[in-house]
Amino acid sequence: MKICCLVKEVPDAAVQKRINPETKRLDRSGEKNLNPFDTHAIEAAMQLKEGGDVEVDEIVAVTMGPDSAVRALHKAVALGADRSLHLTDGALEGSDVAATGYALAKLLESESPDLVLLGQQSDDGECYTIGAVVADHLKMPSLTQVIKMDAAGGKLTLERQAEYGYDTVEVELPAVISVGDAINEPRYPSLKAIMGAKKKPLDTKSTADVGIEADRVGEGGSRTAVLEINPPPAKESGEIIEDEDTNETVEKIVAWLDERKLI
Amino acid sequence: MASAPSSVIKPDHAASRKHMIFTDEHEALRESMQAWVLKEVTPNRHDWEENYWPDSILKRAGDLGFLGLCFPEEYGGQGGDYYYSLVRAECLSYSGCGGLNMGFAVHTDMATPPIHLLGSEELKQRYLPASIAGDKISCLGITEPGAGSDVAGIRTTAIRDGDEYVINGSKTFITNAPRADYIVLVTKTDPEKGHDGITLFVVDLKDDDGNPVPGFSVSAELEKMGMHASDTGEIAFEDVRVPVENMLGEEGKGFYHISWELQGERLVAAAGCVSGAERMFERTLEYALEREAFGRPIGRFQAIRHKFAEMSTQIEAAKQFTYATARRFANGEYPVREISQAKLFTSRMICDVADECIQIHGGYGYMKEYEIERAYRDARLNRIGAGTDEIMLEVIGRSYGL
Ligand SMILES: Cc1cc2nc3c(=O)[nH]c(=O)nc-3n(C[C@H](O)[C@H](O)[C@H](O)COP(=O)(O)OP(=O)(O)OC[C@H]3O[C@@H](n4cnc5c(N)ncnc54)[C@H](O)[C@@H]3O)c2cc1C
Repeated sequence: MKICCLVKEVPDAAVQKRINPETKRLDRSGEKNLNPFDTHAIEAAMQLKEGGDVEVDEIVAVTMGPDSAVRALHKAVALGADRSLHLTDGALEGSDVAATGYALAKLLESESPDLVLLGQQSDDGECYTIGAVVADHLKMPSLTQVIKMDAAGGKLTLERQAEYGYDTVEVELPAVISVGDAINEPRYPSLKAIMGAKKKPLDTKSTADVGIEADRVGEGGSRTAVLEINPPPAKESGEIIEDEDTNETVEKIVAWLDERKLI
Repeated sequence: MASAPSSVIKPDHAASRKHMIFTDEHEALRESMQAWVLKEVTPNRHDWEENYWPDSILKRAGDLGFLGLCFPEEYGGQGGDYYYSLVRAECLSYSGCGGLNMGFAVHTDMATPPIHLLGSEELKQRYLPASIAGDKISCLGITEPGAGSDVAGIRTTAIRDGDEYVINGSKTFITNAPRADYIVLVTKTDPEKGHDGITLFVVDLKDDDGNPVPGFSVSAELEKMGMHASDTGEIAFEDVRVPVENMLGEEGKGFYHISWELQGERLVAAAGCVSGAERMFERTLEYALEREAFGRPIGRFQAIRHKFAEMSTQIEAAKQFTYATARRFANGEYPVREISQAKLFTSRMICDVADECIQIHGGYGYMKEYEIERAYRDARLNRIGAGTDEIMLEVIGRSYGL
C-alpha cells in the first residue's frame, strides 16, 4: 500500500498573521514551518506502517508551494515519510482552495496512492476543505475529522468526530482522509532522522509535468476573488454579574440563559 | 535614505533570531527536543523537585536519541557536531527543572566525553552505548571533602596491585552519585606528586544485580539550597578494586585530561545559564505586563522597564559570547581563557537576572508558587560548580602571565 500525505508550509505559529492589503492574500513572509496539523497525518501513516495490519510499502510527503516549501518536506521526511514530491510553479501562485485542490489531485494522480492522508486544516488559511476537493477530483471517498483509524482485512475502520459523539465508518480504499489532531501524538524526530531527511529522494514537478491545465490554477484560474478585507466586528462586552448573594446570582444567571432560550 | 513612507524601514522585533552557528538541522532538533521538554519534562517539575527526576525520563531521552547527540553512530550516538550539546543544554535548562538539566549534563557532557576521548575501544563499547541508550547512568568524581578548587590536592588514591588498582578515599557533592552505575573518578596514582600524580579511571559502582560493588558506599545524600530534583552524594571507596584496563588516558596525565573535560562542561554550563535566564526573563515580562500598581502595569514604569532593558542586554551579550567561544571550541581550538570568561560572565549574569526577576515580582517573587525563587536558588550554583568565579578569574588572570 502506498500512502501519500499532503503537507503544507505555513507561517510559524509564533509569527503574527497579517493580510497584505495590496494582494489581499496572507502575508507569508517571515519564519515558516510545517503545518502542525499535518504532523498528525504523517504520524497516522507511520502507525499504519508500524502496526503491521496492512503492508505499507511507502509513505510519500506531497506538497504544492514555493521553493521554500522544501523545508516542510524535509520535516515531513524527518517525521517518517520515505520520500517527497514537490509541485512548484509560478503559475500556481494565488490559487484558491478549489484550484489548489485540483492541482494537488493532478499531482496525486501521478502517484496512484491507495490512501491519501492530510491534516484537518492548515494553520494559515484554515479552510478545512482541501481533503474534500481533492477526493472529488480523484473520485475517491472522503472522510474528515477522523480521530481513530484501524486497518484490518483490506478495509479501514474509522472513528469520525461528530457534533455529538463519534461515527464509526468503514471505508474501502483508495480514499482521502483528513485526520483530527486528537488522533495521535506526533513523534519527536531524532537527530539522525533530521539529518537523514535531506538525503531521501525529493522529486520536483511543474504544472506541465502532471498535466495541470494552466487556466484552472493561479489567481486567474481561481473561481473566487477577494473583493475586500475587513476586521471582524468588535465583540460586545459581556455582562458581569457580581456575586453578592449566591442564590440571587444563580437566579440572575438562570434568567439570563432562559431569556436566550439556552436552557 | 529616501523619506517616502513606503521606504521607511521599521524594526521587526519578532523576526527570527536564529544564530549563525546553527543550521536548519540544529533548529529542527531544537524544535523536536523543546516540544518533548515542554510535554514530558516541564509538567513534572514540581513532582521531581520533591522526589528527584526518575530514571525513566533518562531512558525516554535515550530512546529519543537525545543523550547521544554528539557521539558517533558506532556507539549508538546520533553523529551530530558540538553545537548539539549547546542545543541540548538550552532546551533542558529551559525546562524549569534545573536539577534534571544538571543530572543530564553530568551524564552527557561531563562523564561520558572522557570515555569517548580517552577510553580503550573495549571501554567505549562497554560504557557508551548503554549510557547513550539511558540504560546506565554515570557520574563524575573530582571534588573531595578536603579539595574542591584545588584539584591537585585530592587524596583519593589508586594503588597498583597486580592487574588491578585499589582505590581508597572519598568524594563529595557528586551529582547523580546515589543512583549512578559507574563513575569517572579522579585519583592519585602517585600520592607524592601534585598535578602529575593524577590518573582517571572508570569505576563500576554497582554489580550486575544493581548492588554496590564491594568497598563502595554512599555515605550521605546531601540536602541542598537548590537543584532539588537532582540527587547529590558523598561517597566512600574502601579497597575498591578496578582492573588496569579501566584507566582513562595516561597514568599521571589525569589533571590535563580533566582540565580538557572542564572546558566542555563550562561551555555547556554557559549555554544553560543563557537559556535559564531567558526563561526567567520571559516569565517575569509576562508578570510585569499583568500586574498593576498605581493604575498601570508595573512594566510600564520606567524603573521596571529599564530593569528589563538591562537584563536583556546582559542576556544577549552572554549569548553572543558563549556562541562565539563555542564556535572556536567546535572548530578544534582550545580557547581556555575565553571559555573561562564566558563561564564567569554567564554565571554572574544569571544570578543578577534571577535577583532582578524576584525584585520585579515583589512579594510574589518570594513565594514558591511563582517559581522564580526556585530559579534563583538553582541559578546560584553556577557561580560555584564547574569552577568558582574566583577560580575562573585566576585562570583568566594567569593567562596573561601574571
Ligand atoms: C550541587 C553541586 C553539585 C556538584 N556536582 C559535582 C560533581 O558532579 N562532581 C564533582 O566533582 N564536583 C561537583 N561539585 C563540586 C564543585 O565543583 C565544587 O563545589 C567547586 O569546585 C568548589 O569547590 P569547594 O566546594 O571545595 O570550594 P573551595 O575550593 O573550598 O572554595 C571555597 C572558596 O574559596 C575560593 N577559593 C578557592 N581557591 C581559591 C584561590 N586559589 N583563589 C581565590 N579563591 C579561591 C573559592 O572560589 C570559594 O569561594 C558540585 C557542587 C555542588 C554544590
